[in-house]
Amino acid sequence: MSNLYTLPFDQINKDDFNRVGGKCASLGDMTGAGVAVPPGYAVTTDAYVAMLDETGLRGELENHLKDIDVEDFDALETAAQAIQVRFRAHFLPASVDQAIRNAYAVMGDGLPVAVRSSATAEDLPDASFAGQQDTYLWVIGADDVIDKVRDCWASLFTARAIAYREKNNIPHIETLMSVAVQKMVNAKAAGVAMTLDPNTGDRTRIVIDAAWGLGETVVSGTVTPDNFVVEKVLEEILDRTVSDKHIELVGDAAKGEAIERPVEVPRNTASSLTDKEVLAVAMLAKSLERQKKCPQDVEWAIDADLPDGENLVALQSRPETIWSQKAKAKSKNPYAMGMASITNTLTNPYAGKVKAK
Amino acid sequence: MDVKTSMFPSAYDLKAPKGAEGWQDLYPYYTRFNPARRIEEDGKFWFCNSQHWPTPFKPFDTVMLDFAIKCLGQYNTRHLLIPPANGIDYRILNGYVYFSPVAVAPEDIEARVPIFMERAGHYFMNWDQLLADWKVKVKGAIDELNEINFTALPEKEELEVVTGGVGLDSTNHLFEGYEKSIELCYKIWQYHFEFLNLGYAAYLDFFGFVKEQFPSIPDQAIAKMVQGVDSELFRPDDELKKLAKLAVELGIEGAVNTGDVDAALAAIGAASGGDKWLAQWEEAKDPWFNFTSGNGFYSTDKYWIDHLDIPIGYVRDYIERLKDGDDIMRPTEALLKERDRITAEYRDMMDEDAQEAFDGKLGLARTVFPYVEDHNFYIEHWALGTFWRKMRELSALLSDQGFWPEADGMFYLNRTEVRDVLWDYSQAWAIGTEIHGAGIWPAEIERRAGIVKALQSEPPIPALNNPPEVITEPFTIMLWGITSEAVESWVAADDAGDELRGMAGSPGVVEGIARVLRSPDELSQLQKGEILVTPVTAPSWAPVFGKISAAVTDIGGMMSHAAIVCREYGLPAVTGTGKASTKIKTGMKVRVDGNNGTVEIID
Repeated sequence: MSNLYTLPFDQINKDDFNRVGGKCASLGDMTGAGVAVPPGYAVTTDAYVAMLDETGLRGELENHLKDIDVEDFDALETAAQAIQVRFRAHFLPASVDQAIRNAYAVMGDGLPVAVRSSATAEDLPDASFAGQQDTYLWVIGADDVIDKVRDCWASLFTARAIAYREKNNIPHIETLMSVAVQKMVNAKAAGVAMTLDPNTGDRTRIVIDAAWGLGETVVSGTVTPDNFVVEKVLEEILDRTVSDKHIELVGDAAKGEAIERPVEVPRNTASSLTDKEVLAVAMLAKSLERQKKCPQDVEWAIDADLPDGENLVALQSRPETIWSQKAKAKSKNPYAMGMASITNTLTNPYAGKVKAK
Repeated sequence: MDVKTSMFPSAYDLKAPKGAEGWQDLYPYYTRFNPARRIEEDGKFWFCNSQHWPTPFKPFDTVMLDFAIKCLGQYNTRHLLIPPANGIDYRILNGYVYFSPVAVAPEDIEARVPIFMERAGHYFMNWDQLLADWKVKVKGAIDELNEINFTALPEKEELEVVTGGVGLDSTNHLFEGYEKSIELCYKIWQYHFEFLNLGYAAYLDFFGFVKEQFPSIPDQAIAKMVQGVDSELFRPDDELKKLAKLAVELGIEGAVNTGDVDAALAAIGAASGGDKWLAQWEEAKDPWFNFTSGNGFYSTDKYWIDHLDIPIGYVRDYIERLKDGDDIMRPTEALLKERDRITAEYRDMMDEDAQEAFDGKLGLARTVFPYVEDHNFYIEHWALGTFWRKMRELSALLSDQGFWPEADGMFYLNRTEVRDVLWDYSQAWAIGTEIHGAGIWPAEIERRAGIVKALQSEPPIPALNNPPEVITEPFTIMLWGITSEAVESWVAADDAGDELRGMAGSPGVVEGIARVLRSPDELSQLQKGEILVTPVTAPSWAPVFGKISAAVTDIGGMMSHAAIVCREYGLPAVTGTGKASTKIKTGMKVRVDGNNGTVEIID
């Protein structure tokens, strides 16, 4: 099978970064490093380019974006709407359509998948791009997958994304989009893990948010997640805060989508992770930080369909940006050494440093 | 809090326990609260050092307190001029000792800095050589102590004394032996502190640096980066394990388990291969059985070498565990690997400049830290054990002369009174009359024993008067775990519910059944998997750490023995809880959280 339009995660290497976007590159990277990642494939930017070029879409986009005034919200919104319609007005080029169908068939026809955008700019470490994190869950069947791939492409042209690019002098059409098609996790629990404390930047801590079902409730903030703090080096749980998680997002095979449902009592106030699972998530995040050599923001899930011990999967790992920037900007005083430092240590009260917890 | 009410009582408001009235006369005048200095004394914060002296003193035993405190002070105040800290003032109250660190006046600190830097700098620069010399000095003092012997005055002097024109009699030997013992003990205490506070200072510097890098890093993680795995303090225990393994290898477990220690040694000697075991036993004894079941500070300490039933008992325990399939040896390789992993992972999280500083400070901390652990074997175990043995010999000799009925009666006298007794003995011997002491001391010792017993019946209150707003004295914090928070928790402990707070000594969380032990004689009560709750632990308790699932102490910081050993064994520990051993009762179910430093009574 040609890898021009689709590229399985386990075949992605560093050279493919521009073709598969940040998210898929990261998934490929993790897969290659032996991290448990649900299988899937990238719909490459070549597919997107083919879409633009072989359908006449490129000209239509240029037309709508010509002389756009981002300060004029109405005009911007109108152009964005028009572009969304244009995307849906075209079939995918036959070769692209077939490639996506073939790759989906390899994973298993009828397999529920997640379809997510994987922009070439949005996940860059230095640009927390205000692009669209379009995500479609529990998509079943090749026709639906193709629809959602097209929706992801179209999400490059929401009013917000257009305005952002204009302001930052990023060309519109040259900004390419890849799409990740990934086996859906039947998440018992899921969430995010950061390899530093987001409140303080403390790198000795791993902070985990977790809730029942799929992790989108945690990311979007529709649920108050359980919170766990793990000491990164000693690998000990320092703190647990269990919350009332009133809803969960679960797959509905019949509807072919993820649905929200209330969590019954008393499961709502039960911890969504066991201590063992908390440590497993922390170690997964820690290994990703080590592999990528900088603090990470990791999305993970525990798959109800997989056996204990093999059921933790990574869905995404991105460099943490906020504290990493601060650390770079921090001005540094030279450290006192030797006797000068020892004298200073003894002379200056440091009760705040040494204290019983 | 009302400014007029103190957090803790004044020394002057505390009554003697019933039956202990008049306890003051058991101890030297300079150890007592002195009404002429009341205003000064009430203005200071005093904390009970029950970590080193958990039970009330017999009069003679204050020798260790006097020497320890004086020698700690001399290095801070007169040798090194530690800029902010002089020595530690002390008082005995109801048989327990209270400490109050003496700060240097802020305006005097600066002038001390260059002096301190020069002097301490010299030690840090020449650490290894000075330490090698130190071991020779200490070993020399021990040898000198061993040469001292106390023998009864002869019926008549030897002919050679007369014909040789000596002109002196055997009492000189007696006096000299006593004075020499005291003097050597005093020297040993000076050696004890020669390096100790410097070791702590370098460690604190490293500690402060890492805390600055990672404000929330657990104290034990920093300790783990520095701690050695081959400390001589672990050797005695390791020797017992090796003996247990050898017994199993040789198939002579039965012989080791025969009767009392004499019977066992005889049975081993008769067993095939037993001579090999006995040879290893003999080799281990010197010096490693110079190991006390206490902490070296009391005349009642039992040293393994004088009580071979103790080490043989531990060997039997270890044999038992070997048969259960336990791996009893300390996983030194794994510990070292873990230490390196922890160090590398924290280092990786620092920027380059910080890494460079970290390497330098870690290097110094690792150079000096072995002393902090090893000195304990040389001084408290080996040297002080030898001192106590000599004093017991003297006490037994004087008992034979009729001064007191019990062999250890002398320890109810203070060290000056012992001089009088030696004089009494000598002059009666010379005059050819009876000693006076026979009619004095038996009753007086009985009276004093009654007082000491009455003092023991009440645990000490943890502190006196008001703590300073923040406790900043570095050694106090490090050694005794005395922080502002800890002091507050002592006050709160009375009204708080079922949770006790202390220092997070060693990480991990465990639930289990508590076993409260107040003295090493009770160690045999411990059942496998129980949680040890005790005022304080001593190094020779090491063998029980393989048996327990966690440790909780009343007193102790992150460098206390219990914390060190628990980190070695990977057991949770909470130290410095103030009153765990009185609040928790044997059989209670408790939850020990060594990450957060809390102990919860579950039921």
